[in-house]
Amino acid sequence: MFKKKAGVASDNQVVLVMTLPAVLLMIVFVAVPLVMGVQISLTNWNGYSQDFTYNGLANYKKLFSDPMFLRAFRNTIIYGFGSTLFQTILGVLYALLLQRAFALRGLARTIIYLPAMIAQLLVGYVWYFMVQYNRGALNDIVMMLGGTKLDWLGVGDRAVIIIMIINTLNFCGKAMIIYIAGLNSIPDMYYEAASVDGANGWQQFWGITMPQLIPAITTSTLLNLIGGLKMFGLVISTTGGGPGYSTHSLSSLINSLYFSYQDAGYASAVGVFTFVFIMAVSIVIRWYLAKKEAAAQ
Amino acid sequence: MRKRNIRRALVKNLLSLLIIAIHISPFYVQLIMALKTRRDFSSRWVPPASPTLDNFTLALKGGELMQSILNTAIIVLIATSLIIVIGAMSGYPLARYGTKFSKTLSLLLLGVMMVPPLSVLVPLYRELVMIKGINTFWGIIILSITYGLPTSIFMYTNFIHTIPVALDEAALLDGCSKYTIFFRIIMPSLKPVTASVAILTGINIWNDYSFQLYILQKPKLRTITLMLKTFFTEGNTNLNAAAAASCLAILPLIVIYLFLSKYFVQGVVDSAVK
Repeated sequence: MFKKKAGVASDNQVVLVMTLPAVLLMIVFVAVPLVMGVQISLTNWNGYSQDFTYNGLANYKKLFSDPMFLRAFRNTIIYGFGSTLFQTILGVLYALLLQRAFALRGLARTIIYLPAMIAQLLVGYVWYFMVQYNRGALNDIVMMLGGTKLDWLGVGDRAVIIIMIINTLNFCGKAMIIYIAGLNSIPDMYYEAASVDGANGWQQFWGITMPQLIPAITTSTLLNLIGGLKMFGLVISTTGGGPGYSTHSLSSLINSLYFSYQDAGYASAVGVFTFVFIMAVSIVIRWYLAKKEAAAQ
Repeated sequence: MRKRNIRRALVKNLLSLLIIAIHISPFYVQLIMALKTRRDFSSRWVPPASPTLDNFTLALKGGELMQSILNTAIIVLIATSLIIVIGAMSGYPLARYGTKFSKTLSLLLLGVMMVPPLSVLVPLYRELVMIKGINTFWGIIILSITYGLPTSIFMYTNFIHTIPVALDEAALLDGCSKYTIFFRIIMPSLKPVTASVAILTGINIWNDYSFQLYILQKPKLRTITLMLKTFFTEGNTNLNAAAAASCLAILPLIVIYLFLSKYFVQGVVDSAVK
């Protein structure tokens, strides 16, 4: 960038010196554990004893015949992709409703975004009072409407959907903010020109708004997806992975394999898998959305 | 035309009211629970006839909850300050010098942002045992810094891109070194983005559960999330006190949010990966 002068530090030297603290931290606390994780995943270590033996790829072979892992993998996909889908829909709808000024706009934006900055674990506890079987607030409404009480979190498949919905409601505010910023960046004259050409609201939405929002969609999709696939606290506070192991995410499964089953080797194998999976998904989604973005320009 | 606008505004307000009601209901229910006695068996939607603060007193009894809030505050303050300093330092060369090395580094940092904490926690725990970082504040602080840094570096890099390079060049001609440029030119102009970085990374650490669960296992060192877990674990039948504790844990965030909501919103937009 700058012309070389005698006695002036080279670009690479500046990069190295200024980023050194960050790089050291990343090596010691990200790279080393990743490598150690791979190493542990090749053993039968129980997490505390001194001796263990290497058992090759046994832990990885076990993954795909282990109903617990397969269930957690399936759930993680529902938590990640399900929440992302609904967060995108809700986020766009909320953004459209709340972009222009009216009396309740500020309050609505504040309330919708508020839970996004509360710990996932706490959000789960907040919802606990809603979805409890006995005296839960939702069952009060169900009974008032003449229905029979529902055991919201008592059945695995239903609980997975409920957790996904809680996650959606909780984080759709983040998507909303990104979409409002996206909407604000669309020049008014596009709509004016379309109106002159006689395009109705619906046509304007699909012809102008959506294509212009694609960069915002890329951003928010990646954010929501990575967040959803990493889900941990919410599962712990709502169901703890139960009933049985039916609502575990990959993250909460790792935790219980390590703490409850004391199977650190296998837990590490699930960890390595989770890491590789999330990386691969992010790269593919980024590549796909970048292509869309380029096509929309 | 005017009539249509009024009707439109009415529909928007009514719709917003419904959305607000849905989003706020779990928090409302929790607050109502916190204000009722254990023997009050009325519906959780109905406010108590005579609100009680006993649950709050009970939740605060023994000072453990306050201790946990204090612990969390210490961790957040130290970690966030260092995240800001190290983040700004790293953001400068990454934004200014497009060498191969800096490009690779930027890419790797984006990768680190995606690492799910749980996928590395087993080896990370083992590593911290070896360096005696378990059950210490410095252990959790150093992990909080490491995993908060990519966001911070990313935001600083993006922001420094928007500072005109002409300023650097002028300073270089005046005899500044590339290092003093950072202190004289870049650092003074980082204020707006620093607010966003501080809030975003600070809140993340405040809300962390995974790292804290593994590193801080002594009751005395518990953070808010770990403390709340003990209120809600099986066997604890006093849900009203748990609700009060949960309200108290959320309160500081709500206060901060209401005062600084501008920066929260800006932070989300700034940190968005493009």
